[in-house]
Amino acid sequence: MVLPLAAVVVASSEGGWAAFRSAVSNPEAVAALKLSVVVAILAALVNAVFGTVTAWVLVRDRFPGQGVVNSVIDLPFALPTIVAGLVLLTLYSPRSPVGVHLAFTRWAIFMALLFVTLPFVVRTVQPVLIELDGEMEEAARSLGASELTTFRRVVLPNILPGILSGIALAFARAVGEIGSVVLISGNNPFRTEVASVYVLNQVHSGNRAGAAAVAVVLLLVSFAILLLVGGIRRLATRHEHA
Amino acid sequence: MRRWGPRAVALAYLAVVLLGPLAMIFWKTFEHGFGPFWDAVTAPATRTAFGNTLLIGAIAVPLNTVFGIVVALAIVRRRFPGKGVVNAFIDLPLAVSPVVVGVALFILYGRGGWFYDVFESHGVQILFALPAMVLATMFVSLPFVAREVVPTLREIGDDQEQAARTLGASGWQTFRRITLPSIRWAVIYGVVLTTARCLGEYGAVAVVHGYKLTATLQVQESYENFDQQGAYAVSVMLAVVAVLVLVTMILVRPREGKA
Repeated sequence: MVLPLAAVVVASSEGGWAAFRSAVSNPEAVAALKLSVVVAILAALVNAVFGTVTAWVLVRDRFPGQGVVNSVIDLPFALPTIVAGLVLLTLYSPRSPVGVHLAFTRWAIFMALLFVTLPFVVRTVQPVLIELDGEMEEAARSLGASELTTFRRVVLPNILPGILSGIALAFARAVGEIGSVVLISGNNPFRTEVASVYVLNQVHSGNRAGAAAVAVVLLLVSFAILLLVGGIRRLATRHEHA
Repeated sequence: MRRWGPRAVALAYLAVVLLGPLAMIFWKTFEHGFGPFWDAVTAPATRTAFGNTLLIGAIAVPLNTVFGIVVALAIVRRRFPGKGVVNAFIDLPLAVSPVVVGVALFILYGRGGWFYDVFESHGVQILFALPAMVLATMFVSLPFVAREVVPTLREIGDDQEQAARTLGASGWQTFRRITLPSIRWAVIYGVVLTTARCLGEYGAVAVVHGYKLTATLQVQESYENFDQQGAYAVSVMLAVVAVLVLVTMILVRPREGKA
């Protein structure tokens, strides 16, 4: 496992720092990386909001069919991403049955990433909410706090580390995502070509150095995210003991 | 009544983002009845693709299961130098883009790569053939068993194992009679997740597949050749597997802890 990854790093640095820099600063590569990062951040943030609401509803609310809803959350983990991509393409294609034409635009990439990253925040916030005593919320409410105040002052501070690690994991997943994006994005260089698709195209056109350089950038992003999540986790447990 | 707001928001969001697309694919596949679907599924290309996917899964899942259990035991029960690093690295395949994994194999086994001379020059083809596809799939599905087994091992503690050992059981006997039965649900859960990941893998094998296609690659291939019916048929089969995975997860999950 370590060996292949080390090979990428070595291959990217074969031509020296200058060669790496020129491969990474290739305008098409820069555009692809920028697009991936921006859309991934947006998708992660939107899912942070809806994921938190969903987690809250799953833990604090009771309604028929809740178990099913809880399981459906994992669908994006279980469904092959290429299938998700094909489905979204059908949904948003020019012959769309719902009349939404997003295919081959950046919005389509955003929708695909929204789909694949949906479970992350829900699954990091849910266990924290289950642990969190409902009595604190009851107390706040009985002291006259409104629903919103209770959530903002009592619930949110406790689940914030969960939300943050969920966002980080969702971002990591989204920034390197390929299966769900490759069909729907149209892979138009400078417009709708994301970093992972760029890497794949470079491999297929024989540009080893270019592929390795952008792959290393993606690899570094993953490392950074793992460290970040580890840091958040440590911070959260320290907070608990204090 | 104050809970209606969040409930409506959450359910509406899930319906639009998750269920809409899923329903869509079933509708599209059976739009023209069962016949075209059956023709597409039984087409030679589809059968070969599913054959490849199953073969890769049959190699990758057992290997990753054994590896996952061994790593989990090592992380929880043993002390060794570099343990922290192993613990951190085990999650890497979840954070790293599958394309990066594919590129890594491409560089390692491709012309001029470190392993190129070892294999290719002796006539063993790794890249653009089944071995590279198996390696790619193994890499991306590596962490699932270990991640499920580690917390369970922590929870059950090692009192029973120590008792067994004091009573004269060998290491293997202890594992088979004491440890394995208590982690079995975690292992099954991990195997289900690993299988799902193996069957659905796309990004890493997309880089190294050559002319051999898996089911997921077949979806793209069919679609790009304007064979929509074929793409939908394979997709529905994969979606059915995904739903089965979810159902298995529901069945297995409540037994955790009780095991």
